[in-house]
Amino acid sequence: MREGARAPAGPARPDGRVWALHLGVLGLLALLQAVLPPFHHGMVTRIMLLAAFAAGYNLLLGYTGLMSLGHALLFAAGLYAAGLGVYYGQLAPLPALGAGVAAGLAAAALVGAVALRTTGVAFLIVTLMVAQVGFLTTLHFNRITGGDQGLTLTGRLRPLALGPWHLDLALPAVKYNLALAVLAAGLLLSLWVVRSPLGRVLRAVRENEERVRLLGYDPFRYKLLALVLSGGLAGAAGAGYALLFAYVGSAFADVLYSILPLLWVLVGGAGTTLGPLVGTALMVYVVDVASGLTTAYLFVVGGTLLLLVLWFPQGIVGTARARWWPWLP
Amino acid sequence: MTPAGQAVLALLEGVVSGLVLALTALGLSLVFGVMRVVNVAHGDFFMLGAVFAWYVTTATGSFPLALLAAPLAAAAVAVAADRLVLRPIGYAPEPTIVATIGLLYVLQQAVLSVYGPYARPVPEPVAFRVDLPWFGYSGYKLVVAAAAAALLGAAWLLITRTRLGLYMRATQQDREIAQAFGVPVQRVYAAAFGLGAALAALAGVLIVPIRQAHYLMGLDALLLSFMAVIIGGIGSLGGTLAAALFIGLVDGALSVFFSPTLARIAASLVVVAVLVARSGGLREVRG
Amino acid sequence: MVAVAALTPLLETVGLTKRFDGLAAVQGVDFSLTPGEIRALIGPNGAGKTTLLGLICGRLAPTAGRIRFRGRDITDLEAHARVALGIAYTFQVTSVFRTMTVFDNVVLAAQRRWARGWRAALAADGRAVREEAARVLEGVGLTAGWDRPAGALPYGHQRLLEVAMALAADPILLALDEPTQGLAEEEIALLTDLLRRLAGRLTILLVEHNMAVVLELARRVTVMHEGRILAEGSPPEIETNPEVQRVYLGAA
Repeated sequence: MREGARAPAGPARPDGRVWALHLGVLGLLALLQAVLPPFHHGMVTRIMLLAAFAAGYNLLLGYTGLMSLGHALLFAAGLYAAGLGVYYGQLAPLPALGAGVAAGLAAAALVGAVALRTTGVAFLIVTLMVAQVGFLTTLHFNRITGGDQGLTLTGRLRPLALGPWHLDLALPAVKYNLALAVLAAGLLLSLWVVRSPLGRVLRAVRENEERVRLLGYDPFRYKLLALVLSGGLAGAAGAGYALLFAYVGSAFADVLYSILPLLWVLVGGAGTTLGPLVGTALMVYVVDVASGLTTAYLFVVGGTLLLLVLWFPQGIVGTARARWWPWLP
Repeated sequence: MTPAGQAVLALLEGVVSGLVLALTALGLSLVFGVMRVVNVAHGDFFMLGAVFAWYVTTATGSFPLALLAAPLAAAAVAVAADRLVLRPIGYAPEPTIVATIGLLYVLQQAVLSVYGPYARPVPEPVAFRVDLPWFGYSGYKLVVAAAAAALLGAAWLLITRTRLGLYMRATQQDREIAQAFGVPVQRVYAAAFGLGAALAALAGVLIVPIRQAHYLMGLDALLLSFMAVIIGGIGSLGGTLAAALFIGLVDGALSVFFSPTLARIAASLVVVAVLVARSGGLREVRG
Repeated sequence: MVAVAALTPLLETVGLTKRFDGLAAVQGVDFSLTPGEIRALIGPNGAGKTTLLGLICGRLAPTAGRIRFRGRDITDLEAHARVALGIAYTFQVTSVFRTMTVFDNVVLAAQRRWARGWRAALAADGRAVREEAARVLEGVGLTAGWDRPAGALPYGHQRLLEVAMALAADPILLALDEPTQGLAEEEIALLTDLLRRLAGRLTILLVEHNMAVVLELARRVTVMHEGRILAEGSPPEIETNPEVQRVYLGAA
């Protein structure tokens, strides 16, 4: 058909460049583990997990346009589901990871059912408050959760069973690759969603929710879906954290862990698939360096947010996309 | 202590904290109403008030001087933040939230660097006991309650009787029309932000002899103020006051009879319920 | 056309009322559309035209009254569900998605017809959707610049794009709120031409202030005033109706 021949391929068919870039980044990270000295090896492991968390946050903020201050709850849901599962239930690592993802999905669905009836600032406050309730609950039930002190899982972690292999979770190589797997899931999920018809609706919701409604889409359902996917990634990251660092504690449910993903996504570039990774990597290193220099290292967090808001609202990858590479997803 | 005694204690504690919270929440409500922005760093102005008060009283020994100087210093910081950050970003809702989060950490960590991580006490300016049948109560706390009430009254007069107050209420009602009538909206914004900070700082100064000055004390004040503003109704100053008193009383009661953690959980859930209930149906759009 | 009386109305409102804070924007309106007609809804400002349109497409919930579409009561049906039934709406203020490409705007409107369930929603766009979007865009006269952001289009083309989006939903009833507002003469001609071609296959309800367009397109005109229907008839009948003249001249 003549018209068919004119119809552009559109963003629904990710072109080779995009796939090559993303797979290349993952491949690079895979190769990197062979050359990294031990300290950085551990740092990158941590960064990869937190970047998956940030990627989930980005789905909600960057693509759907919803700013939440409650993602610590979703991260902690995964953390505690996996951690308590191991501590009390002798769960093996993979089921624990699964439990974490499920907990993140469920928590997001519950939060969404309530919070998504509000928008804008009200949504922000509701998510903040709900996360606070979660945080306080972990403190209140400290006989189970260990509260502030937390629980250490060393000695209770069983080997990761992958087919014929049994991998010891204490080994840096195992940790690194598990974190890489979680990041890969996050990155590829983001890419997939963003390029799909679903992603198109989400981006439209961000721009003009009322118009989307009059095109036949129920914005509530789509926002809820974005939140649930976001929660699944947060839960996976949290569960990974519990398994890899063998610790659960209330600190991860505190408001700082709701603000950090916001920071990482904004630094990297909200609404870009690679932004969360870039932002997380940069800020984790910057904060690490800063905390070596001073106890007031969160100064860096605050200062960076101010700089971003004033001069770099699009973040690193966002600015790169606007200036040089418009094909970046 | 007998249940009656506990009840009276809860009541007194509730009134004191409710009035102090009212002062803090009024500041937040003013900023929210006039400028239509959420100041996540509001609790830090409360903290600044307490910390400045410590410096002034330690250096000069005069509490009244602290009561005067600390709010002015906090207001100065606020006006600077308005000029340097909020105005350039045009008070856009989401960037402002991110910016004030940044401000929160900058202020907190600045205090951490200069003042340190320790909680330091300030001596009560007036120390006496009031002897009740069940317990002796701190006279200063009653003074705080009276002072807070007086300051609330003064703030009320400022808002309802002065030209600045008129400008603020006009800007809150309708910014465009106020501008058309010659109200200097930019300066009203700066004044509102400064006044909001000053009110929070005043609350901080009053509270510091009771609770020590610590660089993290702002978060609690922020969350409670948020609750008061939301439950009382965004933009309604009277509602904020009533809600603050209500929260103070309930928080006091729950803390005495149960635990502070449970009190907070309950309060947070109430806020969520209020926000969700108020959001109403999404179909009601003016076409 | 077939005798009107023999056809079931496509759309029917019975006693439709909408009050905002006690003020009745629409009051006891009994309104109906026959399939395939072009109906113009006119009236002075504040007559309730946009409100009536809003009630029909579901943006607003009525205070009283019922609405029936193809015989089915849709009064309690949400706006997004009405689109699935075949009611498409364009906004008075142009509401295309400015940051998305022209093509994407139309695909967004069309893809709903193909995406049934989560699996389809996540799969890549099929050829069918993209061909449909191309077909609709060419049909409204937008033949180039599909990869540009919609916000870069001149205003008149954005209005055309909005109509394209409404058409991409494959509607049965097309409800247009002041579609020619802000358009240049040539663009108005393009649009009226398109609408004339569509009539018969679709039913068109348009709120209009441009009398020339009304007289040219509409077979029947409904005049609203202060929330009620003042008069209904063919364009010549309405033109010569003394009450209508009084309302328009008196309101000036």
